[in-house]
Amino acid sequence: MLHGYGASLLEGLAVTLGVALASLAVACVLGLAGAAAKLSRRPLLAGAAGVYTTLIRGVPDLVLMLLVFYGGQALVNHLAQRFGSDGYIDIDPFVAGVLTIGFIFGAYLTETFRGAFLAVGVGQREAGLAFGMSRWQVLRRITAPQMLRHALPSLSNNWLVLVKSTAIVSLIGLNDMMQKTQQAAGATREPFVFYAAAALLYLLITSVSELGFGWLDRRSARHL
Amino acid sequence: MNFDAIAQNLPLYFAGALTTLKLLAIALAGGLVAAVPLAVLRSRPQSLARAPVWLFTYAIRGTPLLVQLFLIYYGLAQFAVVRESVFWPWLSSPWFCACLAFAINTCAYTTEIVAGAIRNTPHGEVEAARALGLSAAQVMRRIVLPSAARRAIPSYGNEVILMLHGTSLASVVTLLDLTGVARDVNSRFYIPFEAFITAGALYLAITLALVGLFHAAERRWLAHMAPRR
Repeated sequence: MLHGYGASLLEGLAVTLGVALASLAVACVLGLAGAAAKLSRRPLLAGAAGVYTTLIRGVPDLVLMLLVFYGGQALVNHLAQRFGSDGYIDIDPFVAGVLTIGFIFGAYLTETFRGAFLAVGVGQREAGLAFGMSRWQVLRRITAPQMLRHALPSLSNNWLVLVKSTAIVSLIGLNDMMQKTQQAAGATREPFVFYAAAALLYLLITSVSELGFGWLDRRSARHL
Repeated sequence: MNFDAIAQNLPLYFAGALTTLKLLAIALAGGLVAAVPLAVLRSRPQSLARAPVWLFTYAIRGTPLLVQLFLIYYGLAQFAVVRESVFWPWLSSPWFCACLAFAINTCAYTTEIVAGAIRNTPHGEVEAARALGLSAAQVMRRIVLPSAARRAIPSYGNEVILMLHGTSLASVVTLLDLTGVARDVNSRFYIPFEAFITAGALYLAITLALVGLFHAAERRWLAHMAPRR
């Protein structure tokens, strides 16, 4: 039914998952940094994090991606010329995609982690400090593990939205599932079949993710 | 930075913003009109339509908007039946396909939002209405829906913002919305930073205006739920 393009779609699926997981890693780092900045007592840091989350949530992901891809290309080549290189440098769509999506979801995860951090009772932290743990030990042994449980529902939601966002990386030329689908649809002249197949594969990712997060959620709350 | 080309093309940007707003308005109107009856069906425990509505929202919410757009715009053209039907003039137009895909997409999310708000109706409100002798349809129309609509305002505001951002995909099927104009300006003048930052700033302005609008709506219709001052 897929005229032998099934394997190609699965290759694309692997790329899509790769982009999604790499973006999630970037987003988690940025989200934690953003939450720390928002919760810090330094107004400059908190203000910068506020501007970051507002800007990102106000601009479509496609516009940001085009800005990073084309803008990054122009910037890199401008710098290369200044440093005496005369070749033309292409930006890798995988890198541009991961950076953009990671940057976008970092803003959403900033709110997630901030809320989760605030959800852990102050008494927990105080008790840790009273036991003579250092602030770092309190964070690692007391706050972080409990915070993760509060962050889980929002983390799972953001992951589902993130996976779907990766589809637009095909528009800057990455060979992900969407692009493989487009190629197969063009070659066989059966676009409906292939886009429907891609839709089912995305649905498969989201369904499996939901099951996985449901399991994690039950596991993290089993002591309650 | 070279904003001269942007200044010259500013009318183009405003036309693009207008197209974006039109797409958004059509999608939201179509999606909302279809979502309310679907939400009612979805929230009735004994209704036969419950499972199909769930499947619809699950499938739409589990797949990217880009796939849905391509499925309608490129996918349907595969079938001769569609190409020879009376709907073909519409289904071959990128404008109609974009509106249809966006409306279906926002319809699924709105259905879940409204169904959730219906499920959260306080039992006392429904019991009081039944005790006064209202029929099931009257309870739905006069009590449950108005109260659910109020409770749905904050989540619906989020959905409207997400849909605004979703309309940027219209540029992929050749429409000159705000993103489409930015891509066009970039390819003509090769000024990626200026072109996309201008579009981003306009999107941000529209987003902030919508956020303000929904905050005003919350103050107006959800005043009874706000913390007492």
